[in-house]
Amino acid sequence: MKNPKAFMEVARQEAGYRPIHDRIHDFGEVEQTLNTKDRRQQASRCMDCGVPFCHWACPLGNKAPEWNEALYNGDWELAYHLLNSTNPFPEFTGRICPALCEKACVINLFNHEPTTNRENECAITEGAFREGYITIHHPIRNGKKVAVIGAGPAGLAAANELNLMGYEVTVYEKNEAAGGLLRYGIPNFKLNKTIIDRRINVLEQEGITFKYGTAIDSIDSIKADAIVIATGTPTARDLKAPGRELKGVHFALELLAQQNRVLAGMEFSPEERITAKGKDVLVIGGGDTGSDCIGTAHRQGALSVTQIEIMPRPVDGPEDPKNPWPNFPRTFKTTSSHEEGCTRRWNINTLEFIGKDGKLTGVRVQEIDWKPNPDGGRPIMVEKGEPEIIKAELVLLAMGFLKPEHPAYPENVFVCGDSLNGASLVVRAMASGKQAAQKVNAYLK
Amino acid sequence: MSSINSLLKNNLYLFHFPHFYTLFFSISSGLKENHSVYFQFVINRFCFLVNGYYCPFLRKLHPCVCVIMSEYYYFCIQNERIKKNNMAKCNSKGLYQSEYEHDACGVGMVVNIHGGKSHQLVDDALQVLENMRHRGAEIGKDGDGAGIMLQIPHEFILLQGIPVPEKGKYGTGLVFLPKDKNRQQEILSIIIEEVEREGLQLMHLRAVPTNPDCLGERALSTEPDIKQLFITGVQDDEVELFPRVLYRIRKKIEKRVSDKDFYICSLSNSNIVYKGMLSSMQVREYFPDLSNPYFTSGLALVHSRFSTNTFPTWSLAQPFRLLAHNGEINTIRGNRGWMKARESVLSSDALGDIREISPIVQPDMSDSASLDNVLELFLMSGLSLPHAMAVLVPESFNDKNPISEDLKAFYEYHSILMEPWDGPAALLFSDGRFAGGMLDRNGLRPARYTITKNDTMVVASEVGVMDFDPTEVVEKGRLQPGKILLIDTKEGKIYYDGEIKQQLASEHPYRQWLSTNRIQLEKLKSGRKVENGVSNLLEKELMFGYGQEDVTSTIVPMATTGQEPTAAMGNDTPLAVLSTQPQVFFNYFRQQFAQVTNPAIDSIRESLVMSLTEYIGRVGTGILNPDETNCKMVRLPHPILNNTQLDILCNIRYKGFNTVKLPMTFTTDLRTSLDQLCKDAEHSVDQGFNYIILTDKEVDGPFIPSLLAVSAVHHYLISVGKRVQTALIVESGEIRETMHAALLLGYGASALCPYMVFAILDDLVKKGKIQEDYATAETNYINAVKKGLFKIMAKMGISTIRSYRGAKIFESIGLSESLLRNYFGTEVSTIGGIGLEKIAADAQSFYAKANSLKESVTDSFLPNLGQFHWRKDGIRHAWNPETIATLQLACRKGDYAKFKEFSKLVDDKADPIFIRDFLGIKQQPISIDEVEPVSEIVKHFVTGAMSFGALSIEAHEAICLAMNRLGARSNTGEGGEDSARFHTEVDGVSLSSKTKQIASGRFGVTTEYLVNAEELQIKVAQGAKPGEGGQLPGFKVNEIIARTRHSIPGISLISPPPHHDIYSIEDLAQLIFDLKNVNPTAAISVKLVSESGVGTIAAGVAKAKADLIVISGAEGGTGASPASSMRFAGISPEIGLSETQQTLVRNGLRSQVRLQVDGQIKTGRDVVLMALLGADEFGFGTTALIVLGCVMMRKCNMNTCPMGVATQDPRLREHFLGKADHLVNYFTFLAQEVREYLAQMGYRSLNEIIGHTELIETKESVLDLARLLYKEEGVLHHTTDMPRHFEGLLDQQIIKAAQSAIDCHEEVNLDYAIKNTDRAVGAMVSGVIAKKYGEAALPDNTINVKFKGSAGQSFGAFLVHGVSFKLEGETNDYFAKGLSGGRIAILPPSRSEFSAEDNIIAGNTGLYGATSGELYVNGKVGERFGVRNSGAIAVIEGAGDHCCEYMTNGRVVVLGDTGRNFAAGMSGGVAYVWDRRGSFDYYCNMDMVEINLVEETQYRRELHELIRQHYLYTGSKLARTMLDDWSHYVEQFIQVVPIEYKRVLQEEQMRKLQQKIADVQRDY
Repeated sequence: MKNPKAFMEVARQEAGYRPIHDRIHDFGEVEQTLNTKDRRQQASRCMDCGVPFCHWACPLGNKAPEWNEALYNGDWELAYHLLNSTNPFPEFTGRICPALCEKACVINLFNHEPTTNRENECAITEGAFREGYITIHHPIRNGKKVAVIGAGPAGLAAANELNLMGYEVTVYEKNEAAGGLLRYGIPNFKLNKTIIDRRINVLEQEGITFKYGTAIDSIDSIKADAIVIATGTPTARDLKAPGRELKGVHFALELLAQQNRVLAGMEFSPEERITAKGKDVLVIGGGDTGSDCIGTAHRQGALSVTQIEIMPRPVDGPEDPKNPWPNFPRTFKTTSSHEEGCTRRWNINTLEFIGKDGKLTGVRVQEIDWKPNPDGGRPIMVEKGEPEIIKAELVLLAMGFLKPEHPAYPENVFVCGDSLNGASLVVRAMASGKQAAQKVNAYLK
Repeated sequence: MSSINSLLKNNLYLFHFPHFYTLFFSISSGLKENHSVYFQFVINRFCFLVNGYYCPFLRKLHPCVCVIMSEYYYFCIQNERIKKNNMAKCNSKGLYQSEYEHDACGVGMVVNIHGGKSHQLVDDALQVLENMRHRGAEIGKDGDGAGIMLQIPHEFILLQGIPVPEKGKYGTGLVFLPKDKNRQQEILSIIIEEVEREGLQLMHLRAVPTNPDCLGERALSTEPDIKQLFITGVQDDEVELFPRVLYRIRKKIEKRVSDKDFYICSLSNSNIVYKGMLSSMQVREYFPDLSNPYFTSGLALVHSRFSTNTFPTWSLAQPFRLLAHNGEINTIRGNRGWMKARESVLSSDALGDIREISPIVQPDMSDSASLDNVLELFLMSGLSLPHAMAVLVPESFNDKNPISEDLKAFYEYHSILMEPWDGPAALLFSDGRFAGGMLDRNGLRPARYTITKNDTMVVASEVGVMDFDPTEVVEKGRLQPGKILLIDTKEGKIYYDGEIKQQLASEHPYRQWLSTNRIQLEKLKSGRKVENGVSNLLEKELMFGYGQEDVTSTIVPMATTGQEPTAAMGNDTPLAVLSTQPQVFFNYFRQQFAQVTNPAIDSIRESLVMSLTEYIGRVGTGILNPDETNCKMVRLPHPILNNTQLDILCNIRYKGFNTVKLPMTFTTDLRTSLDQLCKDAEHSVDQGFNYIILTDKEVDGPFIPSLLAVSAVHHYLISVGKRVQTALIVESGEIRETMHAALLLGYGASALCPYMVFAILDDLVKKGKIQEDYATAETNYINAVKKGLFKIMAKMGISTIRSYRGAKIFESIGLSESLLRNYFGTEVSTIGGIGLEKIAADAQSFYAKANSLKESVTDSFLPNLGQFHWRKDGIRHAWNPETIATLQLACRKGDYAKFKEFSKLVDDKADPIFIRDFLGIKQQPISIDEVEPVSEIVKHFVTGAMSFGALSIEAHEAICLAMNRLGARSNTGEGGEDSARFHTEVDGVSLSSKTKQIASGRFGVTTEYLVNAEELQIKVAQGAKPGEGGQLPGFKVNEIIARTRHSIPGISLISPPPHHDIYSIEDLAQLIFDLKNVNPTAAISVKLVSESGVGTIAAGVAKAKADLIVISGAEGGTGASPASSMRFAGISPEIGLSETQQTLVRNGLRSQVRLQVDGQIKTGRDVVLMALLGADEFGFGTTALIVLGCVMMRKCNMNTCPMGVATQDPRLREHFLGKADHLVNYFTFLAQEVREYLAQMGYRSLNEIIGHTELIETKESVLDLARLLYKEEGVLHHTTDMPRHFEGLLDQQIIKAAQSAIDCHEEVNLDYAIKNTDRAVGAMVSGVIAKKYGEAALPDNTINVKFKGSAGQSFGAFLVHGVSFKLEGETNDYFAKGLSGGRIAILPPSRSEFSAEDNIIAGNTGLYGATSGELYVNGKVGERFGVRNSGAIAVIEGAGDHCCEYMTNGRVVVLGDTGRNFAAGMSGGVAYVWDRRGSFDYYCNMDMVEINLVEETQYRRELHELIRQHYLYTGSKLARTMLDDWSHYVEQFIQVVPIEYKRVLQEEQMRKLQQKIADVQRDY
């Protein structure tokens, strides 16, 4: 490192979000960028640890010390190649990754000002696209065919890896475009879809065939030497409470996917259209999908947004005693969407959806408490106080997804991503996709 | 046994005789069972047959039977003997190897300058020997060997009734013969045969009377039969040549008789050697001859030996035929190897066919014996004694040495022919007429002489070995580094060095010979254009196994700074043999280094002795005959060639130089390719090529690893007798690190060209990735390699590359025995390992990787292999995120379950990293309740030596508190300890570390420090960088560190590579003795680093009476060290520990010492396995730091440790998260885990399992762990404490007499006579006072002691304030060592007539590590005066080389000449030198100091006062003269001030001034 004391001398500087008043009316990306000089300064803060915990924490094994150094040295091209050597699509993770690496950063251990790896990653990749460092590779074909089912992050990662190894890859996607949850789950204000298109364009030029709108019911229909299944977790967890059938109760993804499609130019009839405009919105589920619903609801013009969660409020950060460094802390988190305005409540159990004329008007909820289980299992839920009604015309269920089950496949079939592990992070899906590609290669070689 | 079978088969007719049927059956049935027993039976039976009843009958019938059977018998005996010899040689089962043995000793010589013979002289010499008793080693009654060389006592022989002819016309000498009479007869017949072959007769064989009653057990068990040979028959006209004839006879006999118990002590017509496995006291008693009043001699040379082993070796006693040696020849492996290689081209007109008398170097003898062998050869070939010595042990002749150009040419000419026999050496030699002595170039062994009025001269390791009346003494002096002193007893003349050397230098026109024949490479120019880059760089990099770190962490730092890079926190990666990744072949090797038995050289501060000059070309055949053709060579300033230079060498078309390039390609079969390469090389030699260049530059395809190729060719050429006719040069892309260069040179290459490094530099420069231009980058890189080579050589105590080349100062780890035997000239592999197949596979895999690049489509760059910094997909590290985080969590939370998670991660890791990962433990469970409690087990744990300075105060104190709370021991490290901590308690727990370390820098080693310890640890070497010094940069030295280390804030503190008071094993014994005197209750420990041979060193250490021996594993190491040392010096603790255990048990020494081990020990399993391998105690360094928050940043050297562990930056120290509690948790968990293992194994305490390797089971692997797990029978662990002998110490008398002074500060004045056997006088009394009063000690002049005589070593060591010593007489080495406030005055006896200022009255290394106090010497002192003085003041009247080295504070005044290299490494304090000749600047090392006249009043006043005090305490005449004419003399003084110190002083002044201004302003 050229400045071994930078971590002491340079403070962590996040690019930050656009001001709320500015961002809340559009679906443009909320995150800003630093100028080149500041970005390189930030990169210099990396201490090039003897044992880089960031690299360990990253499911992809991104080598932050190496590309941070290259970035600091102003060698953007090398930085990108180093980054790209482990991470096929750093422009995605650079935007939406929760950055396990930053939590595992040694600086985070002593003063909670870790290096800005995620932002650096994003900056490196944007720089690379801008400067034309991203070239089209023309792999030598080995004559073998691989089919990838699902064009989400796992499928794309697998397809990319296999394609570069020389396989002829066809990606089957049931939707009209590639990206999976990147495209249909994550709101545009976090990940602009042109970013996905840009990458798909590269992949297509490199020889991957994409077949959109092709749902595969049976793998028998596919003719390939190997098949990678990356179909994600299509089933969201439902809430079987009375009144579930009322109009106005939706899964989060119904809202998010539709909104993204709308922004992509698709049109929906007023009946189909789910919108928070002029409504009191209740988001059930306190995770990231819930947050995305909040941000989307605001942008659609919601009257109010409330988010409830059945589990207790997480501890306040930055440290989480149950998951100490270098593990990812499960602490109280305020996202950009939360900043935009939201009532957040914890320990709330949903009892019933109340409606009038088949339309939702409110949700009856009950405050609860969690008692430790004497048998050591899951804690026991106990009621606390009286049930109450939260007024809502739109309820969004963001309670996670069910892990899919798979039949016994032939040996040339490999499952990866959420489809294999259950819902998780994009970065994990990508890592899983890459692993599947290695397995395919080992199998076909 | 199979040979007997064949014998029987081939002689079937034997069985015609019925009696032999029984014999046959007994043989054949016996074969199935115990061979040797049956064989014995057969032999007995046969003897019975032959000698008994049947004998005559038999003979009559079958005369041939007898012959055959007696051949049987002989054959069998021979066989057994060979077997035994081999056993002794390799002890094939364990790790101990006899080649590791070392010895050091005391030597002395008494000569009558005019050759006057007397028995008195013999008697005196024996007295000298007896007075050096403490320099030899004794266990019980057994000595390690002692002897005496004398002139042949002609009258005495005649009186024995032996009718010898006149003096000089008969040869005689003592012979050791086997006790077995038959064998004796056989040997005698060989002797007779050889004598008669030369036309002489064995006239008489005298049984030498001996007195075996005085012998110890071991000596007795191997006592030979001692006979004296008398050979006569020389013709009058051949008397001149008689010595050569006798030499030839002896060599021929030696060649034919290889019995271990046969040895010819000497065979000469002038001198005779009496020696044996005796102690110095026993020589007189064992050989009654020596006490016979008619036994006279005009000169006598005595020697007593201190060996690192206790095995009986009568023949290794000294003196040898010509010399006696105190010290060790470090370069011995190279010297022996090259001597052997050279034999093929040697020819001597005087000696005839050399092959008849080869091997020149007798096998299985000591280094000294080998030197003696070669010296003898030279002498017999016609060289004079001083000439031969000057060739063998030349002084340094680079430009820092003030010797004439002619002499330099003399040395250079001979350096082409013979590499120096280097090493700490005080050599005394005699051929019966000439007698002399010399020191090697470093002068590390003491040798002092006294010349008296009655023409007697005594030279010995010490003064005071013989008593003289002061009025008798004419001259007192010392032998100086590289200088010879010679007496011609015939002429009655003393020749001093200058005279001798001038004569030698003018014998031939060496300068002219050199200038017309020898070519200097740097002066050759070439117009050819040489390209530095290579095509397909990345592909090539991958082919040679480069990783990103090779470029960024190795090559770039070297090319930009000209230094080797630094790394930190040890090496926790797998041994090459255990790694899952393909290995660069160099990785299988480790550097060896000197420990205890010889010192490392300080290659930086004492560079005047170092040289990298190489000569390459064909060695002529006439090296014994001086001739100018011998120097037809190319001289290289250093062995690293750049592309241009290599090109020039390849294209010299000049005076018959020619070159051939042999590519190191291999086809499918590596073995065949290697054989072919060797054959090609041989063929090239036959064709007359001077240089063979082994290259992989144009190789397309996998290549033979360069090291393998070089070593194979080198050894092959030696075996066919064609090695010295050519030079091997390596052009290889593999070479990038210093270690690689060292290995290639060490295995026989003369020069090398790392062309890939140059290509990479070229690329870096072209891409602008480094700022330097190519030429600068290349120069820097080469300079860095040069420095590295110096250091690697210096580590082993070798100063010139010529002695290093081919010396194989390495050991391999993980290579199979057959590979080593076939290609590396090594017989034994410690743990076995891989062979050619794996090497070939690795080479192919590198090649495949490089090839795959062609197909790869992604943008490629050199991958980071994770050598230094952990990578997920890289090389495994024992400390990785999981292990670090889990351990920290477990200890922070006090969570045992989490700790078990940690130990599971460590113990059950997927890929092995350490040898211990192949070891398991046999189980036989008992209840855990029966096992000793945690509180007992934790006492076996200690923390590593980590200094305050390296660590932050927070970390240092937390460790100390934790260990004290547990009742275990923490270690101060080498930085001392704040004295406030000795008496501070935190919650009732002391803050004083129980173990206080004494390292080479002696920082903060005061008497008070020493007495506040339970253990005193002498750090001989350090795991991460054995054989190297250290440096605490000035910016880390803050107020408190400076106070602790007794230095000045802001001044760099440098630890020298060696302890300047341990140059050999007997010196270590002395230091141990000193420390035991200061603190009689403390255990003395000696810290060694694991290497092959460490067991033998440990045995020596045990014999030096240490209580505890630490074997430090090379894998460990906290803090910063040079990257190459971290990875390539030292070996796994398992091997070192096991070897030590085996050697100590075998020597019966194990029970009296404790054995401690460290090196990546983490879990209970590690502890138990180490205990099974022999450790009593376990050290933890890295683990302790990790528990306290270290996350292995590996930035210890940068002061930026973000966790506040290894930094002094207050901002970062705030980040320190560690608490003593965490460490207490860790050690408690660890002990609990050990308990669990003990219960599983069925043992109740840790002590019960120590050394029980049979409880270890091994896992399947490529390794052969049989040697490692071999168990010697005997006491396996520490049972009894080392006995302490304090009887009859002068200090005890002083303490008694000064009791009132010690108790109530009453002034006492005492008077004693002192002898050289009174050692460390003052240490014990100082200890008593410091214990009582701390550093302040006593008021000034409370105890005043006057001594008369010759004081032993370490006079006034650690003397505290209030104690004043005045010595009238002289003193030996290490006087005033560690002076802590006391005052010492040394002056010649009042009646002496020699002029004080011209004579040496004090030995070497005075004032070493002194922290305060005063010393006045009215006379000259020896080498290295005032080394590491950090506060004492001293006035002396002349000094040897290296005065004031590493001084950090205090004042030294030299009223006279100094030697070379004054003030090397001096960073503080001031020295004044009286420069009467105006030549001081030549002698001063100006790297760190400035010299100027004494001009400022303040300094003039200071100097005046110092000289006044000197006069006051010593009455120095010189001081008086100066004071009387002060204004005249003061102008002749030079002041030496370190640059750093000057800055600090100026800052100080500035601060004072500002304070003054502030005060003035305030007053307004």
